[in-house]
Amino acid sequence: MELILYLAVTLVLGSIGFFFGRRAERRHFVQIHAQEQQLSELLVFTQKRLPSQMAVRKTELVVGSVVIAEDYFKRIVSGLRNLFGGRLVAYESLLDRARREAVIRMKSKAAALGASAVFNVRFETSTLSEDRPNALFCAEVMCYGTAVVTEDNP
Amino acid sequence: MLLSNLESVPGHVIARHFGLVQGSTVRAKHAGRDLLAGLKNIVGGELKGYTELLEESRKEATDRMIAQARSMGANAVVNIRFATSNIASGAAEVFAYGTAVQLQAITPRPAPQA
Repeated sequence: MELILYLAVTLVLGSIGFFFGRRAERRHFVQIHAQEQQLSELLVFTQKRLPSQMAVRKTELVVGSVVIAEDYFKRIVSGLRNLFGGRLVAYESLLDRARREAVIRMKSKAAALGASAVFNVRFETSTLSEDRPNALFCAEVMCYGTAVVTEDNP
Repeated sequence: MLLSNLESVPGHVIARHFGLVQGSTVRAKHAGRDLLAGLKNIVGGELKGYTELLEESRKEATDRMIAQARSMGANAVVNIRFATSNIASGAAEVFAYGTAVQLQAITPRPAPQA
């Protein structure tokens, strides 16, 4: 009896997660694409050194971060995937969304300063899940760098 | 206070070097925020409450680092790095560190006459 109840609950939560999670993910990707297009003028580098011909007016540290959680469907799928091994596509897309969102947030802050580029960009990822079995997987992704405002930019 | 994660700041030279400065804070997840996160558990997506919580803690850690740098007489912190770690169930430590320096602006050379 308990097993049936457990399976029923899993199925219901899994399907809710499947429909809402999918929809949210699709919408998020559309939004990410639009914002990436919008911010494509702003250049992002992982280099520490600025080109010498760059006329720098000011620099400022910019940070963008996001905490993202899996949905119930992703959890079930990854739980099954763990038995066989291989790519965890469900988590790949989750972290891809989080990274790109963090970059967008960092770039928006830089754009608000009137910066033309962000140098020395670094990523930090950390899991925030609680230390118990069946805990929700959530991770924080942050992205930071130095925004550079050049002389010719007002 | 000028903050940068570059090794030096363009247009400035490092006049004095004060060494490592750091700031950290440990925050536990809020019960109210956890409740909403529990619901988010099913549909997934961004946990805005936690994003804000971590942003606040990062600001706190940065402010502590700045305070330490200021007490040394520095006017900038360069080569800043951030780290986050999950130290206990439901608590996160946010840590910021960098090198406190005194920067001096290079007087711009007059443009060569044509």
